[in-house]
Amino acid sequence: MTFLSYLISGLSLGSVYAIIALGYTMVYGIAKMLNFAHGDVIMVGGYMSFIATAHLGWPPLASVLLAMVVCTALGIVIERFAYKPLRAAPSLAVLITAIGVSYFLQNAALLIWSSNPKSFTSIVRLPSLKLFDGELTVSSVAIVTIISCIIIIIALTFVIGKTKIGKAMRAVSEDKEAAQLMGISVNQTISVTFAIGSALAAIAGVLLCSAYPILMPTTGSMPGIKAFTAAVFGGIGSIPGAFWGGLLLGMIEIFGKAYISTELSDAIVFSILIIVLLVKPTGLMGKKISEKV
Amino acid sequence: MQMKLKLTGTKRTRSNAITYGIVVLAFLLVQIVDGTGNLTSSLRGQLVPICAYIVMAISLNLTVGILGELSLGHAGFMSLGAFSGVIVSVSLQESIVSDPVRLLVSLVIGAVIAGLFGIVVGVPALRLRGDYLAIVTLAFGEIIKNVINTLHVGIGRNGLRISMTDQASLNLGEGGTVIIQGPIGAVGINKTSTFTAGIILILVTLFIVLNLVHSRSGRAIMAVRDNRIAAESVGISVTRYKLTAFIISAALAGAAGALYALNYSTVVARKFDFNTSILVLVFVVLGGIGNIRGSIIAATVLTVLPEMLRAFNDYRMLAYAIILIIVMLTSNNDQLKQLIQRATSIFRRNKDSRRKGEESTHA
Repeated sequence: MTFLSYLISGLSLGSVYAIIALGYTMVYGIAKMLNFAHGDVIMVGGYMSFIATAHLGWPPLASVLLAMVVCTALGIVIERFAYKPLRAAPSLAVLITAIGVSYFLQNAALLIWSSNPKSFTSIVRLPSLKLFDGELTVSSVAIVTIISCIIIIIALTFVIGKTKIGKAMRAVSEDKEAAQLMGISVNQTISVTFAIGSALAAIAGVLLCSAYPILMPTTGSMPGIKAFTAAVFGGIGSIPGAFWGGLLLGMIEIFGKAYISTELSDAIVFSILIIVLLVKPTGLMGKKISEKV
Repeated sequence: MQMKLKLTGTKRTRSNAITYGIVVLAFLLVQIVDGTGNLTSSLRGQLVPICAYIVMAISLNLTVGILGELSLGHAGFMSLGAFSGVIVSVSLQESIVSDPVRLLVSLVIGAVIAGLFGIVVGVPALRLRGDYLAIVTLAFGEIIKNVINTLHVGIGRNGLRISMTDQASLNLGEGGTVIIQGPIGAVGINKTSTFTAGIILILVTLFIVLNLVHSRSGRAIMAVRDNRIAAESVGISVTRYKLTAFIISAALAGAAGALYALNYSTVVARKFDFNTSILVLVFVVLGGIGNIRGSIIAATVLTVLPEMLRAFNDYRMLAYAIILIIVMLTSNNDQLKQLIQRATSIFRRNKDSRRKGEESTHA
């Protein structure tokens, strides 16, 4: 029974990582950049939902919508003002700018909401589920998180595979110039990708804070790094890769904590990442890169 | 042809001399300002950290600029150097009485330990390319932070004891000293780092890196960076040269870590986290990738800058972030670049024509 409860909490944490990793991987696939500010967008999403429920008294679902709207706008603004001017710049310059944006968001949050941790009330207000005569308790947040993740991955697969904008995204990620010649607006496609990624980050933020109810300006950074690792784990740029990478990472973390060592759980996660990368240098589902001379 | 080679040679010597000169001049300047009592105490406290960050920036520049590989876990090597340096310094408290000698031994051992881990990380990681290598270094930094956070080290009658669980299992016996206490970190360090030692370490680092860059190995490393396949096809052993640069870079980071840690009475593993790695990367990128002198200046300015921004109070880190973004945006702006180029070319043309004029009058 305890194994099953660990499995469920692993899946739930993994789902949060997967949702964040999807944002990372989509942006990487299209803009070929590591968006280190992504983790801080999660934090902004958490605060938005917190304000809406605790101060404005909005219903939970409306607070999630607010978080998504604000984060989407934030994502578009960041892309427009910080990343778009650097489209042709070396990748390290873009990386440092992303770090600058991350510092900016964290410190702006510090000024607005102070460093005092806020205790977040879960947006899922259903009683937890008791199974097997009360031997196994599954929190409703975990169930909602896992279901949201599944819905998101299905929706995303549909959008990317079947819609016009999805086709544009695939084209841009394959070859920017050729896509432009075919009449696709590269800038608009990249904007849409950032918007989707940031909306996902908002959802992840709300779910993360519902499960681990402490909200601080630095709340997003560690999950951000872990989700980024998850994206690489699965093969960065690959949508199913981010999904499986996130789930696996969450489960490894929870099982590592439960059965090996609580303090060393991060070390375990990262060691497994290194081992996987040594065996499969482009991640679990990454494309094999062939080099031309 | 012979002339040209010789010219670039003297030019290079001059450029190196300027770099060494800046460091020595800065040292003298600080000594003078300090002697006249004009150095603020907050700035004096920053002197050794600035030296450590300069060495870190030069060492990371070797990996990022000269070797051309992105490392996001350089603070991990710094951490290894810091804690092994502290362990050595505390263990040898009685056997080596002279502070500078003990500091030297600590720095050397810190560098050796970090260098050894450079091999451990480098051998597998350097097979990976681009962003995947960056992730492995990031993961390595996190592992080091996590492991040192659970480490308990002490010295007693039975010599050095290490435990991953708690202090009691160290079994030190009477008169033993605990050096590292898990998440509390290392406490009660005898501060032996000095500004002079920091400057000497910078000069040694410069000597090593500048000589490496201008040596046969250095040219091979840069050839690998510019075109790996071409370099391999002319018989350069890619792994060997990549590894050489990476190990030297790790060892220098270790020495910087030991210098940094021995400047404080306590040091925790959390200090050397992802953010520190990024901080040093920012120094390297803003100073100019591959530009050693730029790294020195950027590390100094960006360490002092938050202190200078104290007037902004709570807004200072926000201001730092905004400055960082603006600098990146303007330095990569094509129109601005063209403008600067045009300005310098006009300036140069004037100078050239003037020189030509002079020559003709001479003739």
